[in-house]
Amino acid sequence: MNPTRTAPPARDPAWLGRLSWCAAALVVLWPLMHATEFRPWILFEARNLEVTGDFLASFFPPAHSAEFLAMAARETWRTVAIATAGLTLALAIAAPLTLLATSVLSVSALPGRMARGPFLLRQMVRWLLIVLRSVPELVWALVFVRVVGLGPTAGVLAIALTYGGMLGKVYAEILESGEPHATQTLLRNGSSRLQAFFFGLLPQNAAELTSYTVYRWECAIRSSVVLGFVGAGGLGQQMDNSMKMFNGGEVLTMLAIFVALVALADRVSAGLRRALG
Amino acid sequence: MPAPSEPSVRRRDGAAAHAPYRLPPRLFDARCRACWYSVAVIALVVASFASLDLQWAQFFSLEAARSMGRFVGEFFPPDLQPAFVQRVIAATWETLAMSALGTALAAVGGLALALPASRLHEDDPAPGRVSTRLLLNALRSVPELVWAALLLIAAGLGPFAGTLALAFHTAGVLGRLFAEAIENAPPGPGAALRGQGVGRLRVFLYATLPQVLPQLMSYTLYRWENNIRAAAVLGVVGAGGLGQMLAFHMGLFHMGKTATIIGAMLALVALVDGMSLAARRRLTR
Amino acid sequence: MKLVLQAVSARHPAARAGAAPALQGLTLEVAPGEQLAVIGPSGAGKTTLVQVLSCAMRPAAGHLHVEDVDPWTLPRRELQRLRGQLFLAPQVPPLPPRQRVVTSVLAGRLPALSLMASVRSLFYPSDIPAAHAALERFDLGDKLFERVDRLSGGERQRVGLARAFLAPARVWLVDEPLSALDPTRSRLALAALVDEARLRGVTMVATLHQVDRALDHFPRIVGLRDGRLAFDLRAADVTRERLAALYAQFEHELRGEAAAPDTHADAPPQPAPVVMHCR
Repeated sequence: MNPTRTAPPARDPAWLGRLSWCAAALVVLWPLMHATEFRPWILFEARNLEVTGDFLASFFPPAHSAEFLAMAARETWRTVAIATAGLTLALAIAAPLTLLATSVLSVSALPGRMARGPFLLRQMVRWLLIVLRSVPELVWALVFVRVVGLGPTAGVLAIALTYGGMLGKVYAEILESGEPHATQTLLRNGSSRLQAFFFGLLPQNAAELTSYTVYRWECAIRSSVVLGFVGAGGLGQQMDNSMKMFNGGEVLTMLAIFVALVALADRVSAGLRRALG
Repeated sequence: MPAPSEPSVRRRDGAAAHAPYRLPPRLFDARCRACWYSVAVIALVVASFASLDLQWAQFFSLEAARSMGRFVGEFFPPDLQPAFVQRVIAATWETLAMSALGTALAAVGGLALALPASRLHEDDPAPGRVSTRLLLNALRSVPELVWAALLLIAAGLGPFAGTLALAFHTAGVLGRLFAEAIENAPPGPGAALRGQGVGRLRVFLYATLPQVLPQLMSYTLYRWENNIRAAAVLGVVGAGGLGQMLAFHMGLFHMGKTATIIGAMLALVALVDGMSLAARRRLTR
Repeated sequence: MKLVLQAVSARHPAARAGAAPALQGLTLEVAPGEQLAVIGPSGAGKTTLVQVLSCAMRPAAGHLHVEDVDPWTLPRRELQRLRGQLFLAPQVPPLPPRQRVVTSVLAGRLPALSLMASVRSLFYPSDIPAAHAALERFDLGDKLFERVDRLSGGERQRVGLARAFLAPARVWLVDEPLSALDPTRSRLALAALVDEARLRGVTMVATLHQVDRALDHFPRIVGLRDGRLAFDLRAADVTRERLAALYAQFEHELRGEAAAPDTHADAPPQPAPVVMHCR
């Protein structure tokens, strides 16, 4: 036991620091609320409440006529088709870019450092992938709607470009994270890069690559619905039309279908990944 | 004729003269499930391309390429007049504010929903867990853009609807993530407090939250990176920010201005990604 | 508070079906304000005994009576209130790693605080002098505002013990309080515990591997082996032969080379990573 009792500290030393963090947060919060016109009370203004109430009331009963459901089913299939086609094209874009970007297939890096030329090429391909990924797919869709007109082509192309960038980046990461010994041995013994890829890298990482692609397919379905709001067809476009006409019943049915579709795609994706992995 | 798996000749001393002769495995084996899945995937892809009315001919014809080239050319040079750039900066700030405030609100809402949605320990009855989880699923299933379109009716045009849309969707995402983090937290400190008869909320505040707080903040910061991308495009349906400017100028075919706006979007996304990464690094110091 | 066990059997919750119960037919009576030490080799059931006494584990057979009341027959609210009177200090200190020592120690007082006071204490510690005094008894006064994960294992264990001083409990159940402490510190810590318990009139049951410490500080020694009571004597009556019989086949523990506590239980498991969707 310590014979000399020291006096207890008078204050919590962390108190001042915490207080200043709180003050800083409040100071930042005010301009944020101002910039976003954050006025929650306008939700409860009489006019807005009335419009909201009418819209919510129109949700019930949800639209369930046979022809509407048939149309919704067609559009759901279109959404899935846009996502699948878009992802397939994304795969076609990502595959060569991945091969160009991955440093595991570098012949000049075999004895030591990569040569400058190939290094610059790989960096440029990586930058291209970043640019493809960073532009939101909605922006791509808006541009393509101007070029090819309304319809699924714009959506497919938008998904293809954005997801091509995403797939390319993740594929390159997967390929580089594995054990490079087998591939480099093949390269050292004189095989071409494509041969080294097919006989070394691909068998090693096929499970992970497939798993990620299937997972991205599920995300593509969500994207495809969102793209419908700018005219790319499918469930999203129908939802946009119904919302513009304040037809809550149709919106509710389509929302329910969308949620069920996403849940189904989630199950299918998880099952596929388990089976192929 | 002996079956391929049996040795064809046996010598007198018992050893086989020929090794078993094996055929390579068949490409498609009706018993193998993965084969059927592959067939299904290929069928889905073919059906997708076939059923969509993709205008390949129109897209790949020579005049289409020429008009594409002209179209792309209109993007350059991007419009950099000071008055316009000022408006772009204002819209960028509005988008940043939308994403930050929306994410912050979602973190608070998500935490409030995560506590009833999780089991603090194995025998926790956790009343309302199922219904809260259903609510969280409903919130996160609806994409941000759809939320924005719906909330525009209640909140009117402008960034308020966008902020709320981000907050609702992200509350569902973060609520689910927070609940799983809470359920995976080490049980020791909570068990000791429960042994003293302390109630559920205080066990959460004194034992669980101190352990998972860094992880929760990390998830929130990571989600901010996603939300800045979403906020940038929410304006397309009228929720303010860069998206609204983009839709407006693209509708009038002001491609130079559109290029500037897209550039601002890319810069904003890169900025927020960097800030989020730096903050997350500092958290795990 | 009076504690009575009658022919109690208890199984470990993670035990295999068909394995012998951790406690078998144990009968024990502890008078109010009494201090006793429980000794025995590993696997004797010492931790299970302490968990049964603190109402953390329900006996599979037999009865527990706390102040002549069977707590497992009480309604939930009464049981929670009773638990506030029973303080259990587990062998692995139950302290959240990133929490500060002052908050962890003050958490011992939660059963006596209202909800508002508890929440307020999170933002500003409600009773710094009391926490400081408790930590001073264990020679940790200067660590008041440190983070728990910046302390050594022995310091963390002493913080866990200091929590008892703030608990409004009339019974202290301490499981292996000295496992991470060196000889000098363990003597001081045990002396601090026993002295304070005597001062407050608190009933204390401590399980110990360090037999010599137990004999030094406790007037009553209970020996456990294979879940059964081996002896229940005054410290003066515990002879070397009895100890040898208790620790037969476990002589290394008697000599003081006690088995180290589960070190992998010390480091909390990393929370499992969670999959995030679509980004």
